[in-house]
Amino acid sequence: MQHGYYIEGGLMEEGEFEPLIIAFCCNWCAYAGADLAGTSRISYPTNLRIIRLMCSGMVHPALVMDALMRGVDGVLIAGCHPGDCHYTDGNLKTERRVEALTVMMEDMGIERERLRLEWVSSGEGEKFARVVQEMTEQIKKLGPSPFKLG
Amino acid sequence: MSEEEPKIGVYVCHCGVNIAGAVDVEDVIKYVEKLPNVAIAKNYVYMCSAPAQAMIKEDIKEHGLNRVVVASCSPRMHESTFRRVVDEGGLNPYLFEMANIREQCAWVHAAEPKKATKKAKDLIRMSVARAGLLEPLQKREVNVVRRALIIGAGVSGIRAALDLAERGFDVYLIEKAPYIGGRMVQLNKLYPTDEYALDALKPIMEAVASHSKIQLLTNSEINMVDGYIGNFKAKITIKPRYVTENCDACGECEIACPIEVPNEFDYGLSKRKAIYLPFPGAMLTKYLIDNKNCNKCGKCVEVCQKRAIDFEQQSQEMEVDIGTIIVAIGHDLYDPPEGEYGYKIYENVITMPQLERLLNKNGPANGELGFSGFTPKSVVFISCVGARQEPGIYKPVKEGQQLNRYCSRVCCIASLKNALEIKRRYPDARVYYLYRDIRTFGRGHEDYYKRAGESRVLFIEYKAEAPPIVSNNPNGLTVTVQDVLTNNEIIAVPADLVVLNVSMVPPADALDLQTKLKIPRGTEGFFQEAHAKLRPLDTPSDGIYLAGTAQGPKDVTDSAAMGSAAAAKAAILLVKGKVELEPIVAYVDLTKCDGCAMCVEPCTFKAIIIEEYEEKGAIKKRAVVNDALCKGCGACAATCPPKCIYVKHFTLDQISAMINAALIE
Repeated sequence: MQHGYYIEGGLMEEGEFEPLIIAFCCNWCAYAGADLAGTSRISYPTNLRIIRLMCSGMVHPALVMDALMRGVDGVLIAGCHPGDCHYTDGNLKTERRVEALTVMMEDMGIERERLRLEWVSSGEGEKFARVVQEMTEQIKKLGPSPFKLG
Repeated sequence: MSEEEPKIGVYVCHCGVNIAGAVDVEDVIKYVEKLPNVAIAKNYVYMCSAPAQAMIKEDIKEHGLNRVVVASCSPRMHESTFRRVVDEGGLNPYLFEMANIREQCAWVHAAEPKKATKKAKDLIRMSVARAGLLEPLQKREVNVVRRALIIGAGVSGIRAALDLAERGFDVYLIEKAPYIGGRMVQLNKLYPTDEYALDALKPIMEAVASHSKIQLLTNSEINMVDGYIGNFKAKITIKPRYVTENCDACGECEIACPIEVPNEFDYGLSKRKAIYLPFPGAMLTKYLIDNKNCNKCGKCVEVCQKRAIDFEQQSQEMEVDIGTIIVAIGHDLYDPPEGEYGYKIYENVITMPQLERLLNKNGPANGELGFSGFTPKSVVFISCVGARQEPGIYKPVKEGQQLNRYCSRVCCIASLKNALEIKRRYPDARVYYLYRDIRTFGRGHEDYYKRAGESRVLFIEYKAEAPPIVSNNPNGLTVTVQDVLTNNEIIAVPADLVVLNVSMVPPADALDLQTKLKIPRGTEGFFQEAHAKLRPLDTPSDGIYLAGTAQGPKDVTDSAAMGSAAAAKAAILLVKGKVELEPIVAYVDLTKCDGCAMCVEPCTFKAIIIEEYEEKGAIKKRAVVNDALCKGCGACAATCPPKCIYVKHFTLDQISAMINAALIE
């Protein structure tokens, strides 16, 4: 087992590149939407690792940049639809941060598709699965993170 | 950070075959045992079962566990269950972590068991990494002020006020208008009882106005609300009436007053004077002066026997301490833009609320549809005006018009009631009902639909793509409609009167109150409940509840029910007298904070202030969190450059640890 500090992410299996995608999901909407995909038994690719937060507005841009620079192949931030945020407007702050992050990523030579912001309500299990499917396929095409060693 | 080494107990649940069917639980346990800081790793058929819960409690004592991780279903399902178990086992409930290997693993990867097993291992590894960094947290208890504030004295606010007062609690009931009763007193009759709305509400209004425990403030508005659950402070502005307590409503002033303005109570169908009583039977039964339109001529003063007019009256400010707040500010009606179905262009196109006023014996026509002095021969109702406006199908009338996609729920039954009423009073009148759907869902509603058909109300279905067109011709109005049920035949219906069934829309001051109370509104603009099914009265701000149409379109039945329900919810807090505050709030690491204040502005709840302090002779600044106001949303934590403010239980270190753990093979 390798120590986590080194960029050894991505799940190589039988020669095919399996991306590692970290998803920050808000407790009230997106995480519940992901649960609904489960309750509805909708299949989606296995590459997602979900981290539950109280609000998408909790995601510090440094967390995203660190993740991408340590070799995470993609980051998904999923929150409530505008107008539905449990904390009124946390998701709107997320939106602005993602705009800034996209600029930073381009400066660092990271493809903008590796960061995705989605609004997923607690009733949108199908949408969640679809987003995961799309993003996994897209990241597979992009290839491993430019920050991966070896 | 905790002093001692983490000793983590990990429990992997089979959940019958729900998890074990896709995830190789035995393989997972073998892997988990070897993770750093894991003291024991066990698997069990149902971790939420009584024997499993007992096992956790025993293991905490026997193995000296100081962290517990359960890998099973969604934390949204059982986090509170296991927190309680851990608490009973003698460990702080916030030293507990869950890995979701059911909804977010076994159930979505059933066809890929090898990958699902690998993912389960990864998720547990992430949770173990986080568990090691969790800190014990304590809930804080605060007292609840045993008084309630109800904003809005329509039927739901009044109902809530009475229920709470009857329980023995002091209530402030404040109302923006100079009268109570809200929209209900503007109605004519109610369904399904066919009683007069004002008569039905009168006894309840009188009870509210005279109850010893209710302080009723009309003509009053909320200026500001501060504080948190159990301990709110509200500033109320009582606007001046310019008429004193001495007024006996004799009406002489109204006769003498030379100014006439449109009467908003009659939706502009009649005029009132600048000094006026809102309507016959209004409570408070006192006149007031519309200061904006009054020219201070003094004619009213000359005739007032009671010397009750005081132009110098000032507004009063009042500050109150309350424990809970109920928001019952009601709704406005959709005001069709000029030209929609001929509204505001042709005089004889009115809205249904205007029809209610016309049919009302205290209304502008004394109950007759004697509108502009005529008796209608042909009345056409058009449904779904200002509702069910689908983008791409509905053609906006005004530039930048906001579309209402929702159904306004009550217009079908309300307009059928009125169609029947018109038929009853004018048996020779032809009544046409142009609809998209008939939604008569409630008790007794279908009966109105049946009776309308029996009374020869003519029902014509139209599709949203081809809405009726109202046009003028020398004989009167014509409503041209594509009749779905006769294969889209185009019918031209002659009309003396066109009634638009308009939707309920959020009230004009909703945004203002949202800002003052910091509670969210949904995409349609009505106040958002905390959970659509199970918490329809709570707002995400504890201690603030919703009642009536402020939360969405509904009729008097549901508004009254919701008022009583909100009172019951408010009473829980008031009876308990104490409330526990969640410890998942922001926290400042004072060793790193330099008072840059970047965290202050993103805080929607204004929970962070910057204070000055002295250190080694120098004045320094730092951020201070009011953890009673803080909701734990983390907007501050995501903005802090030195990363020294974080939400307890969701610290940046804990999240980073999870990401790092995900990267390990």
